[in-house]
Amino acid sequence: MGTRYLSGLELAHRISQRLPEAVVDANPEWVEVRPDDLVEVCRFLRDDEETDFKFLSCLTAVDRLDHFEVVYHLQSFRLNQLGVLKVKVWDREEPEVPSVTSVWLGADLQEREAYDLMGIRFRGHPDLRRLFLWEGFPGHPLRKDWLAMPGQRMPGLQRFPGEPGEPDTGRG
Amino acid sequence: MAMRTEPFVVNVGPQHPSTHGVFRLRLTLDGERIVDCQMVMGYLHRSMEKLAEERSFTQNIPFTDRTDYLAAMTGNLAYCLAVEKLASVPVPPRAQWIRTIMAELQRIASHCMAIGTFINDCGAWHTPLLYMMREREKVLDLFELACGARLTTNYMRIGGVSRDLPPEFMPRLRDFVKEMPQRISEYEDLLVENEIIIARARGVGVLPADKAISYSVSGPMLRGSGVAWDLRKADPYAAYDQVEFDIPVGTNGDCYDRFLVRLAEMRQSVRILEQALDMIPSGPYQTQVPLALQPPPGEAYGRIESPRGELGFYVVSDGGPAPFRFHIRSPSLINLTPLPELVRGMTVADAIVILGSVDIVVGEVDR
Repeated sequence: MGTRYLSGLELAHRISQRLPEAVVDANPEWVEVRPDDLVEVCRFLRDDEETDFKFLSCLTAVDRLDHFEVVYHLQSFRLNQLGVLKVKVWDREEPEVPSVTSVWLGADLQEREAYDLMGIRFRGHPDLRRLFLWEGFPGHPLRKDWLAMPGQRMPGLQRFPGEPGEPDTGRG
Repeated sequence: MAMRTEPFVVNVGPQHPSTHGVFRLRLTLDGERIVDCQMVMGYLHRSMEKLAEERSFTQNIPFTDRTDYLAAMTGNLAYCLAVEKLASVPVPPRAQWIRTIMAELQRIASHCMAIGTFINDCGAWHTPLLYMMREREKVLDLFELACGARLTTNYMRIGGVSRDLPPEFMPRLRDFVKEMPQRISEYEDLLVENEIIIARARGVGVLPADKAISYSVSGPMLRGSGVAWDLRKADPYAAYDQVEFDIPVGTNGDCYDRFLVRLAEMRQSVRILEQALDMIPSGPYQTQVPLALQPPPGEAYGRIESPRGELGFYVVSDGGPAPFRFHIRSPSLINLTPLPELVRGMTVADAIVILGSVDIVVGEVDR
Protein backbone atom coordinates (compact mmCIF):
# COMPACT_ATOMS: atom_id res chain seq x y z
CA MET A 1 0.00 0.00 0.00
CA GLY A 2 0.93 3.62 0.09
CA THR A 3 0.03 6.75 -1.74
CA ARG A 4 -0.77 6.31 -5.39
CA TYR A 5 1.16 8.80 -7.51
CA LEU A 6 -1.35 9.84 -10.11
CA SER A 7 0.18 10.05 -13.58
CA GLY A 8 0.13 13.45 -15.25
CA LEU A 9 -1.31 11.80 -18.38
CA GLU A 10 -4.23 10.46 -16.38
CA LEU A 11 -4.78 13.86 -14.80
CA ALA A 12 -4.60 15.57 -18.19
CA HIS A 13 -7.22 13.19 -19.54
CA ARG A 14 -9.50 13.91 -16.61
CA ILE A 15 -9.06 17.67 -16.86
CA SER A 16 -9.65 17.82 -20.60
CA GLN A 17 -12.98 16.06 -20.23
CA ARG A 18 -14.22 19.09 -18.36
CA LEU A 19 -11.92 21.86 -19.60
CA PRO A 20 -10.68 20.84 -23.04
CA GLU A 21 -8.51 23.92 -23.56
CA ALA A 22 -6.74 23.94 -20.21
CA VAL A 23 -3.99 21.31 -20.56
CA VAL A 24 -0.77 22.53 -22.17
CA ASP A 25 1.50 19.56 -21.60
CA ALA A 26 1.50 16.29 -19.71
CA ASN A 27 3.96 13.54 -18.92
CA PRO A 28 3.93 10.67 -16.41
CA GLU A 29 5.18 12.95 -13.63
CA TRP A 30 3.02 16.05 -13.94
CA VAL A 31 0.45 17.97 -15.91
CA GLU A 32 0.88 21.56 -17.03
CA VAL A 33 -2.13 23.82 -17.43
CA ARG A 34 -2.71 27.30 -18.81
CA PRO A 35 -2.38 29.98 -16.12
CA ASP A 36 -5.71 31.49 -17.14
CA ASP A 37 -7.53 28.24 -16.40
CA LEU A 38 -5.64 27.43 -13.21
CA VAL A 39 -8.29 28.36 -10.66
CA GLU A 40 -11.01 26.52 -12.54
CA VAL A 41 -8.83 23.45 -12.95
CA CYS A 42 -7.96 23.46 -9.25
CA ARG A 43 -11.57 23.82 -8.20
CA PHE A 44 -12.49 20.95 -10.54
CA LEU A 45 -9.71 18.69 -9.21
CA ARG A 46 -10.71 19.47 -5.64
CA ASP A 47 -14.42 18.70 -6.11
CA ASP A 48 -14.18 15.89 -8.65
CA GLU A 49 -15.04 12.41 -7.31
CA GLU A 50 -12.09 10.74 -9.03
CA THR A 51 -9.35 13.16 -8.05
CA ASP A 52 -10.68 14.54 -4.73
CA PHE A 53 -7.67 16.79 -4.11
CA LYS A 54 -9.00 18.39 -0.94
CA PHE A 55 -5.52 19.01 0.49
CA LEU A 56 -2.93 21.31 -1.03
CA SER A 57 0.19 19.56 0.14
CA CYS A 58 2.91 21.86 -1.20
CA LEU A 59 3.05 24.97 -3.33
CA THR A 60 6.34 26.32 -4.57
CA ALA A 61 8.03 28.05 -7.48
CA VAL A 62 11.10 27.11 -9.53
CA ASP A 63 13.22 29.44 -11.64
CA ARG A 64 14.01 27.50 -14.85
CA LEU A 65 16.25 30.28 -16.22
CA ASP A 66 14.01 31.15 -19.19
CA HIS A 67 10.71 30.82 -17.36
CA PHE A 68 9.17 30.29 -13.93
CA GLU A 69 7.25 27.25 -12.85
CA VAL A 70 4.73 27.17 -10.03
CA VAL A 71 4.35 23.62 -8.73
CA TYR A 72 1.33 22.32 -6.83
CA HIS A 73 1.40 18.98 -5.02
CA LEU A 74 -2.18 17.90 -4.45
CA GLN A 75 -3.27 15.18 -2.09
CA SER A 76 -6.49 13.25 -1.66
CA PHE A 77 -7.07 11.71 1.77
CA ARG A 78 -10.06 9.59 0.79
CA LEU A 79 -8.41 8.01 -2.27
CA ASN A 80 -4.87 8.40 -0.93
CA GLN A 81 -3.40 9.73 -4.16
CA LEU A 82 -1.01 12.52 -5.03
CA GLY A 83 -0.97 14.57 -8.21
CA VAL A 84 1.45 17.22 -9.45
CA LEU A 85 0.18 20.28 -11.28
CA LYS A 86 2.33 22.97 -12.87
CA VAL A 87 1.89 26.33 -14.50
CA LYS A 88 4.62 28.12 -16.43
CA VAL A 89 5.09 31.87 -16.78
CA TRP A 90 7.43 33.21 -19.43
CA ASP A 91 7.41 36.86 -18.43
CA ARG A 92 10.54 37.29 -16.30
CA GLU A 93 9.86 40.95 -15.53
CA GLU A 94 6.33 40.67 -14.16
CA PRO A 95 5.52 36.98 -13.65
CA GLU A 96 1.88 36.64 -12.66
CA VAL A 97 -0.20 33.59 -11.80
CA PRO A 98 -3.75 33.47 -10.45
CA SER A 99 -3.97 32.81 -6.72
CA VAL A 100 -5.55 29.55 -5.57
CA THR A 101 -6.42 30.89 -2.11
CA SER A 102 -10.08 30.80 -3.14
CA VAL A 103 -9.75 27.03 -3.63
CA TRP A 104 -7.48 26.10 -0.72
CA LEU A 105 -7.05 28.40 2.27
CA GLY A 106 -3.67 26.75 2.85
CA ALA A 107 -2.23 28.52 -0.19
CA ASP A 108 -2.11 31.82 1.73
CA LEU A 109 1.33 31.73 3.36
CA GLN A 110 2.83 29.49 0.69
CA GLU A 111 1.97 31.99 -2.05
CA ARG A 112 3.32 34.82 0.04
CA GLU A 113 6.56 32.89 0.45
CA ALA A 114 6.82 32.29 -3.30
CA TYR A 115 6.14 35.99 -3.90
CA ASP A 116 8.72 37.07 -1.37
CA LEU A 117 11.55 34.80 -2.48
CA MET A 118 10.79 34.24 -6.17
CA GLY A 119 8.79 37.34 -7.07
CA ILE A 120 5.77 35.58 -8.55
CA ARG A 121 2.69 37.80 -8.27
CA PHE A 122 -0.39 35.84 -7.33
CA ARG A 123 -3.37 37.67 -8.83
CA GLY A 124 -6.31 37.70 -6.43
CA HIS A 125 -4.35 36.90 -3.26
CA PRO A 126 -6.05 38.75 -0.38
CA ASP A 127 -2.84 40.02 1.24
CA LEU A 128 0.19 39.61 -1.00
CA ARG A 129 3.06 40.99 1.05
CA ARG A 130 6.58 39.79 1.64
CA LEU A 131 6.70 37.04 4.25
CA PHE A 132 10.28 36.75 5.51
CA LEU A 133 12.12 39.73 4.03
CA TRP A 134 11.19 43.33 4.58
CA GLU A 135 9.41 45.68 2.21
CA GLY A 136 12.07 47.41 0.14
CA PHE A 137 14.44 44.45 -0.02
CA PRO A 138 16.10 44.55 -3.43
CA GLY A 139 14.86 41.74 -5.63
CA HIS A 140 13.80 38.19 -4.95
CA PRO A 141 16.72 36.05 -3.77
CA LEU A 142 15.66 32.65 -5.04
CA ARG A 143 15.77 33.86 -8.63
CA LYS A 144 18.79 32.53 -10.44
CA ASP A 145 19.77 36.02 -11.61
CA TRP A 146 19.74 37.56 -8.14
CA LEU A 147 23.30 36.59 -7.29
CA ALA A 148 25.51 35.76 -10.26
CA MET A 149 25.50 32.01 -10.78
CA PRO A 150 28.79 30.12 -10.79
CA GLY A 151 30.11 29.51 -14.29
CA GLN A 152 28.50 32.70 -15.62
CA ARG A 153 25.28 30.87 -16.43
CA MET A 154 23.20 33.83 -15.37
CA PRO A 155 24.22 37.42 -14.66
CA GLY A 156 23.33 38.97 -11.31
CA LEU A 157 24.68 40.72 -8.26
CA GLN A 158 28.30 39.86 -7.44
CA ARG A 159 27.92 40.32 -3.72
CA PHE A 160 25.15 40.36 -1.14
CA PRO A 161 23.13 43.61 -1.10
CA GLY A 162 24.30 46.07 1.52
CA GLU A 163 27.97 45.34 1.05
CA PRO A 164 30.01 48.28 -0.33
CA GLY A 165 29.31 48.89 -3.98
CA GLU A 166 26.01 47.04 -4.03
CA PRO A 167 22.45 48.41 -3.82
CA ASP A 168 21.26 49.50 -0.41
CA THR A 169 19.07 47.03 1.46
CA GLY A 170 16.60 49.73 2.39
CA ARG A 171 17.20 49.08 6.06
CA GLY A 172 19.42 52.12 6.68
CA MET B 1 -25.76 48.05 22.52
CA ALA B 2 -22.26 46.65 22.89
CA MET B 3 -19.73 49.25 23.87
CA ARG B 4 -16.77 49.68 21.53
CA THR B 5 -13.38 51.04 22.43
CA GLU B 6 -10.54 52.53 20.46
CA PRO B 7 -8.56 49.77 18.73
CA PHE B 8 -5.51 48.95 20.80
CA VAL B 9 -2.44 47.19 19.44
CA VAL B 10 -0.56 44.66 21.54
CA ASN B 11 2.77 43.55 20.24
CA VAL B 12 3.84 40.04 21.27
CA GLY B 13 7.44 39.16 20.59
CA PRO B 14 9.68 38.75 18.72
CA GLN B 15 11.65 38.31 21.95
CA HIS B 16 9.01 36.74 24.13
CA PRO B 17 9.10 33.31 25.78
CA SER B 18 5.62 32.35 24.63
CA THR B 19 6.36 32.89 20.95
CA HIS B 20 8.71 29.89 21.12
CA GLY B 21 11.54 31.63 19.34
CA VAL B 22 11.78 34.88 17.43
CA PHE B 23 8.25 35.17 16.12
CA ARG B 24 6.06 38.22 16.40
CA LEU B 25 2.32 38.67 16.70
CA ARG B 26 0.69 42.04 16.25
CA LEU B 27 -2.72 41.81 17.90
CA THR B 28 -5.35 44.52 17.49
CA LEU B 29 -7.79 44.54 20.38
CA ASP B 30 -11.25 45.89 20.89
CA GLY B 31 -11.45 45.94 24.66
CA GLU B 32 -10.35 42.45 25.70
CA ARG B 33 -11.10 40.79 22.38
CA ILE B 34 -8.74 40.32 19.47
CA VAL B 35 -10.15 41.74 16.24
CA ASP B 36 -7.09 41.35 14.06
CA CYS B 37 -3.89 39.36 14.19
CA GLN B 38 -0.89 39.83 11.99
CA MET B 39 2.02 37.41 12.03
CA VAL B 40 5.45 38.88 11.46
CA MET B 41 8.16 36.35 10.73
CA GLY B 42 11.54 36.13 9.08
CA TYR B 43 13.72 37.02 12.08
CA LEU B 44 15.39 33.63 11.76
CA HIS B 45 15.40 33.49 7.97
CA ARG B 46 18.76 32.09 6.93
CA SER B 47 17.98 31.63 3.25
CA MET B 48 18.64 27.90 3.36
CA GLU B 49 16.91 27.27 0.07
CA LYS B 50 19.34 29.60 -1.69
CA LEU B 51 22.41 28.38 0.19
CA ALA B 52 21.55 24.79 -0.71
CA GLU B 53 21.80 25.57 -4.42
CA GLU B 54 25.56 26.01 -4.11
CA ARG B 55 26.31 22.95 -2.02
CA SER B 56 26.44 19.31 -2.99
CA PHE B 57 23.58 17.02 -2.13
CA THR B 58 25.50 15.52 0.79
CA GLN B 59 26.66 18.91 2.07
CA ASN B 60 23.04 19.97 2.44
CA ILE B 61 22.23 17.39 5.10
CA PRO B 62 23.44 19.62 8.01
CA PHE B 63 20.99 22.33 6.90
CA THR B 64 18.15 19.95 7.54
CA ASP B 65 19.22 19.70 11.21
CA ARG B 66 18.94 23.40 11.58
CA THR B 67 15.47 23.94 10.19
CA ASP B 68 13.49 22.11 12.84
CA TYR B 69 16.13 22.03 15.55
CA LEU B 70 13.87 20.13 17.94
CA ALA B 71 13.54 17.31 15.43
CA ALA B 72 16.80 17.13 13.53
CA MET B 73 16.55 13.40 12.82
CA THR B 74 13.26 13.72 10.99
CA GLY B 75 14.61 16.65 8.99
CA ASN B 76 17.60 14.53 7.92
CA LEU B 77 15.31 11.67 7.04
CA ALA B 78 12.91 13.66 4.86
CA TYR B 79 15.73 15.21 2.85
CA CYS B 80 17.55 11.91 2.36
CA LEU B 81 14.31 10.29 1.20
CA ALA B 82 13.83 12.99 -1.42
CA VAL B 83 17.37 12.62 -2.77
CA GLU B 84 17.15 8.82 -2.70
CA LYS B 85 13.99 9.07 -4.75
CA LEU B 86 15.67 11.45 -7.17
CA ALA B 87 18.83 9.36 -7.63
CA SER B 88 17.17 5.93 -7.14
CA VAL B 89 19.45 4.97 -4.26
CA PRO B 90 18.44 1.78 -2.41
CA VAL B 91 18.55 1.74 1.39
CA PRO B 92 19.49 -1.49 3.20
CA PRO B 93 16.93 -2.91 5.68
CA ARG B 94 19.02 -2.29 8.78
CA ALA B 95 19.31 1.38 7.87
CA GLN B 96 15.54 1.57 7.38
CA TRP B 97 15.04 0.26 10.90
CA ILE B 98 17.67 2.55 12.41
CA ARG B 99 15.89 5.45 10.74
CA THR B 100 12.55 4.33 12.14
CA ILE B 101 14.01 4.07 15.65
CA MET B 102 15.60 7.51 15.41
CA ALA B 103 12.47 9.12 13.99
CA GLU B 104 10.33 7.72 16.79
CA LEU B 105 12.80 8.68 19.51
CA GLN B 106 12.83 12.13 18.01
CA ARG B 107 9.04 12.26 18.04
CA ILE B 108 9.04 11.44 21.76
CA ALA B 109 11.65 14.12 22.48
CA SER B 110 9.87 16.70 20.36
CA HIS B 111 6.44 15.99 21.82
CA CYS B 112 7.96 16.27 25.32
CA MET B 113 8.98 19.82 24.46
CA ALA B 114 5.71 20.56 22.69
CA ILE B 115 3.57 19.41 25.60
CA GLY B 116 5.86 20.93 28.22
CA THR B 117 5.94 24.39 26.66
CA PHE B 118 2.23 24.23 25.83
CA ILE B 119 1.48 23.61 29.48
CA ASN B 120 3.76 26.48 30.37
CA ASP B 121 1.66 28.66 28.09
CA CYS B 122 -1.45 27.42 29.89
CA GLY B 123 -0.05 28.66 33.18
CA ALA B 124 1.18 25.46 34.85
CA TRP B 125 4.60 26.88 35.39
CA HIS B 126 7.65 24.79 34.55
CA THR B 127 7.09 21.72 36.72
CA PRO B 128 5.62 19.57 33.92
CA LEU B 129 8.13 21.00 31.45
CA LEU B 130 11.04 19.94 33.63
CA TYR B 131 9.58 16.45 34.00
CA MET B 132 9.41 16.27 30.23
CA MET B 133 12.96 17.58 29.91
CA ARG B 134 14.10 14.64 32.04
CA GLU B 135 12.75 12.18 29.45
CA ARG B 136 13.94 14.21 26.51
CA GLU B 137 17.40 14.14 28.02
CA LYS B 138 17.41 10.34 27.85
CA VAL B 139 16.56 10.44 24.18
CA LEU B 140 19.33 12.94 23.56
CA ASP B 141 21.75 10.64 25.40
CA LEU B 142 20.78 7.87 23.00
CA PHE B 143 21.40 10.19 20.05
CA GLU B 144 24.76 11.10 21.48
CA LEU B 145 25.61 7.44 21.71
CA ALA B 146 24.65 6.82 18.09
CA CYS B 147 26.14 9.83 16.38
CA GLY B 148 27.98 11.98 18.90
CA ALA B 149 25.57 14.91 18.71
CA ARG B 150 22.50 15.70 20.72
CA LEU B 151 20.68 18.47 18.90
CA THR B 152 21.97 18.86 15.35
CA THR B 153 22.50 15.21 14.71
CA ASN B 154 23.45 15.08 11.03
CA TYR B 155 23.10 11.30 11.30
CA MET B 156 21.26 10.21 8.16
CA ARG B 157 23.08 9.86 4.88
CA ILE B 158 21.87 9.45 1.34
CA GLY B 159 21.56 5.68 1.17
CA GLY B 160 21.49 4.95 4.90
CA VAL B 161 22.94 6.37 8.10
CA SER B 162 26.42 7.70 8.81
CA ARG B 163 27.51 4.89 11.17
CA ASP B 164 26.14 1.73 12.67
CA LEU B 165 24.63 1.69 16.15
CA PRO B 166 27.26 1.00 18.83
CA PRO B 167 26.81 -2.30 20.74
CA GLU B 168 25.65 -0.55 23.93
CA PHE B 169 22.84 1.26 22.10
CA MET B 170 20.25 -1.50 22.00
CA PRO B 171 20.41 -2.34 25.75
CA ARG B 172 20.09 1.35 26.57
CA LEU B 173 17.13 1.65 24.20
CA ARG B 174 15.55 -1.40 25.82
CA ASP B 175 15.79 0.26 29.24
CA PHE B 176 14.27 3.43 27.86
CA VAL B 177 11.38 1.58 26.23
CA LYS B 178 10.74 -0.30 29.46
CA GLU B 179 10.68 2.87 31.52
CA MET B 180 8.82 5.23 29.23
CA PRO B 181 5.25 3.81 29.52
CA GLN B 182 5.33 4.45 33.28
CA ARG B 183 6.49 7.98 32.66
CA ILE B 184 3.71 8.59 30.15
CA SER B 185 1.20 7.26 32.69
CA GLU B 186 2.66 9.74 35.15
CA TYR B 187 2.10 12.57 32.69
CA GLU B 188 -1.43 11.41 32.10
CA ASP B 189 -2.19 11.33 35.81
CA LEU B 190 -0.66 14.74 36.26
CA LEU B 191 -2.01 16.53 33.20
CA VAL B 192 -5.00 15.00 31.45
CA GLU B 193 -7.54 16.01 34.06
CA ASN B 194 -5.57 18.95 35.33
CA GLU B 195 -7.93 21.81 36.08
CA ILE B 196 -5.59 24.49 34.75
CA ILE B 197 -5.23 22.78 31.40
CA ILE B 198 -8.92 22.00 30.99
CA ALA B 199 -9.93 25.55 31.92
CA ARG B 200 -7.43 27.10 29.54
CA ALA B 201 -7.47 24.71 26.59
CA ARG B 202 -10.85 23.03 26.24
CA GLY B 203 -13.05 24.73 23.67
CA VAL B 204 -10.26 27.18 22.83
CA GLY B 205 -8.96 27.53 19.27
CA VAL B 206 -11.44 25.15 17.68
CA LEU B 207 -10.51 24.14 14.14
CA PRO B 208 -13.19 21.99 12.45
CA ALA B 209 -12.03 19.10 10.27
CA ASP B 210 -13.04 20.56 6.88
CA LYS B 211 -11.33 23.85 7.71
CA ALA B 212 -8.22 22.01 8.88
CA ILE B 213 -7.97 20.20 5.54
CA SER B 214 -8.56 23.35 3.52
CA TYR B 215 -5.92 25.18 5.54
CA SER B 216 -3.36 22.46 4.69
CA VAL B 217 -2.54 21.90 8.36
CA SER B 218 -0.95 18.56 9.16
CA GLY B 219 0.37 16.49 12.03
CA PRO B 220 -1.18 16.57 15.52
CA MET B 221 -3.09 19.71 14.56
CA LEU B 222 -4.92 17.92 11.75
CA ARG B 223 -5.46 14.80 13.83
CA GLY B 224 -6.69 16.88 16.75
CA SER B 225 -9.48 17.98 14.43
CA GLY B 226 -10.47 14.36 13.96
CA VAL B 227 -8.83 13.57 10.60
CA ALA B 228 -6.99 10.25 10.84
CA TRP B 229 -4.21 11.13 8.42
CA ASP B 230 -0.67 10.05 9.14
CA LEU B 231 1.95 9.66 6.43
CA ARG B 232 3.56 6.82 8.36
CA LYS B 233 0.44 4.81 7.52
CA ALA B 234 -0.76 6.54 4.36
CA ASP B 235 2.56 6.66 2.50
CA PRO B 236 4.93 4.43 4.51
CA TYR B 237 8.65 5.16 4.40
CA ALA B 238 11.60 3.60 6.27
CA ALA B 239 10.21 0.50 8.06
CA TYR B 240 6.79 1.86 8.99
CA ASP B 241 5.01 -0.64 6.74
CA GLN B 242 6.21 -3.42 9.06
CA VAL B 243 5.12 -2.06 12.43
CA GLU B 244 1.74 -1.84 14.08
CA PHE B 245 0.46 1.33 15.68
CA ASP B 246 -2.70 3.39 15.92
CA ILE B 247 -3.41 6.94 14.84
CA PRO B 248 -4.83 8.87 17.81
CA VAL B 249 -7.38 11.49 16.79
CA GLY B 250 -9.26 14.20 18.64
CA THR B 251 -12.97 14.98 18.49
CA ASN B 252 -13.42 18.72 18.98
CA GLY B 253 -10.34 20.14 17.28
CA ASP B 254 -9.50 22.41 20.21
CA CYS B 255 -6.17 23.03 21.95
CA TYR B 256 -6.96 20.33 24.50
CA ASP B 257 -7.42 17.72 21.76
CA ARG B 258 -4.11 18.65 20.14
CA PHE B 259 -2.45 18.16 23.50
CA LEU B 260 -4.15 14.76 24.01
CA VAL B 261 -3.15 13.62 20.51
CA ARG B 262 0.50 14.43 21.23
CA LEU B 263 0.38 12.57 24.52
CA ALA B 264 -1.23 9.53 22.88
CA GLU B 265 1.30 9.63 20.04
CA MET B 266 4.13 9.27 22.53
CA ARG B 267 2.59 5.96 23.63
CA GLN B 268 2.35 4.82 20.03
CA SER B 269 5.98 5.79 19.45
CA VAL B 270 7.02 3.60 22.38
CA ARG B 271 4.96 0.80 20.85
CA ILE B 272 6.82 1.17 17.54
CA LEU B 273 10.16 1.18 19.37
CA GLU B 274 9.22 -2.03 21.20
CA GLN B 275 8.61 -3.75 17.88
CA ALA B 276 11.77 -2.32 16.37
CA LEU B 277 13.86 -3.77 19.22
CA ASP B 278 12.95 -7.29 18.13
CA MET B 279 12.70 -6.78 14.40
CA ILE B 280 15.86 -4.84 13.53
CA PRO B 281 18.01 -7.05 11.29
CA SER B 282 21.77 -7.08 11.06
CA GLY B 283 23.53 -6.19 7.86
CA PRO B 284 24.92 -3.14 6.12
CA TYR B 285 23.82 0.26 7.38
CA GLN B 286 24.59 2.24 4.26
CA THR B 287 24.63 2.02 0.49
CA GLN B 288 27.88 3.42 -0.84
CA VAL B 289 27.03 6.62 -2.67
CA PRO B 290 29.61 8.93 -4.30
CA LEU B 291 30.23 11.98 -2.15
CA ALA B 292 29.66 14.26 -5.14
CA LEU B 293 26.43 12.58 -6.09
CA GLN B 294 24.98 13.77 -9.40
CA PRO B 295 21.37 12.61 -9.73
CA PRO B 296 19.88 12.60 -13.23
CA PRO B 297 17.86 15.69 -14.21
CA GLY B 298 14.43 15.53 -12.68
CA GLU B 299 12.58 16.30 -9.50
CA ALA B 300 11.37 14.48 -6.43
CA TYR B 301 9.12 15.23 -3.51
CA GLY B 302 10.07 13.30 -0.39
CA ARG B 303 7.82 13.66 2.63
CA ILE B 304 7.47 12.20 6.08
CA GLU B 305 5.36 12.61 9.17
CA SER B 306 7.58 14.77 11.33
CA PRO B 307 6.50 15.52 14.93
CA ARG B 308 4.93 18.70 13.60
CA GLY B 309 3.26 17.34 10.49
CA GLU B 310 4.01 16.74 6.85
CA LEU B 311 7.63 17.67 6.28
CA GLY B 312 8.42 17.61 2.59
CA PHE B 313 11.51 18.29 0.53
CA TYR B 314 11.00 19.21 -3.11
CA VAL B 315 14.36 18.74 -4.79
CA VAL B 316 15.03 19.55 -8.44
CA SER B 317 18.20 18.39 -10.16
CA ASP B 318 19.64 19.59 -13.45
CA GLY B 319 22.20 16.78 -13.50
CA GLY B 320 24.80 18.81 -11.63
CA PRO B 321 26.40 18.12 -8.25
CA ALA B 322 24.15 20.60 -6.39
CA PRO B 323 20.36 20.83 -6.27
CA PHE B 324 18.93 23.18 -8.88
CA ARG B 325 16.08 23.97 -6.50
CA PHE B 326 15.64 22.91 -2.91
CA HIS B 327 12.32 23.68 -1.27
CA ILE B 328 11.24 22.74 2.23
CA ARG B 329 7.54 22.18 2.77
CA SER B 330 7.58 23.26 6.35
CA PRO B 331 4.75 22.07 8.61
CA SER B 332 5.50 24.77 11.20
CA LEU B 333 4.89 27.54 8.67
CA ILE B 334 1.83 26.04 7.06
CA ASN B 335 0.22 25.12 10.40
CA LEU B 336 0.33 28.84 11.22
CA THR B 337 -1.96 29.71 8.30
CA PRO B 338 -5.21 29.41 10.34
CA LEU B 339 -3.80 31.25 13.38
CA PRO B 340 -5.36 34.69 12.65
CA GLU B 341 -8.75 33.05 12.26
CA LEU B 342 -8.34 30.96 15.41
CA VAL B 343 -7.43 33.89 17.66
CA ARG B 344 -10.07 36.32 16.35
CA GLY B 345 -12.61 37.03 19.08
CA MET B 346 -10.41 35.50 21.80
CA THR B 347 -8.34 37.21 24.49
CA VAL B 348 -4.58 37.71 24.42
CA ALA B 349 -4.15 34.95 27.01
CA ASP B 350 -6.04 32.54 24.73
CA ALA B 351 -3.93 33.55 21.75
CA ILE B 352 -0.83 32.44 23.66
CA VAL B 353 -2.40 29.05 24.40
CA ILE B 354 -3.49 28.63 20.77
CA LEU B 355 -0.02 29.47 19.49
CA GLY B 356 1.43 27.00 21.98
CA SER B 357 -0.90 24.27 20.74
CA VAL B 358 0.25 24.77 17.13
CA ASP B 359 3.76 23.84 18.27
CA ILE B 360 5.95 25.85 15.93
CA VAL B 361 9.70 25.77 15.71
CA VAL B 362 10.78 29.11 14.36
CA GLY B 363 13.86 27.67 12.69
CA GLU B 364 11.48 25.75 10.48
CA VAL B 365 9.00 28.58 10.01
CA ASP B 366 11.65 30.95 8.67
CA ARG B 367 14.31 28.51 7.39
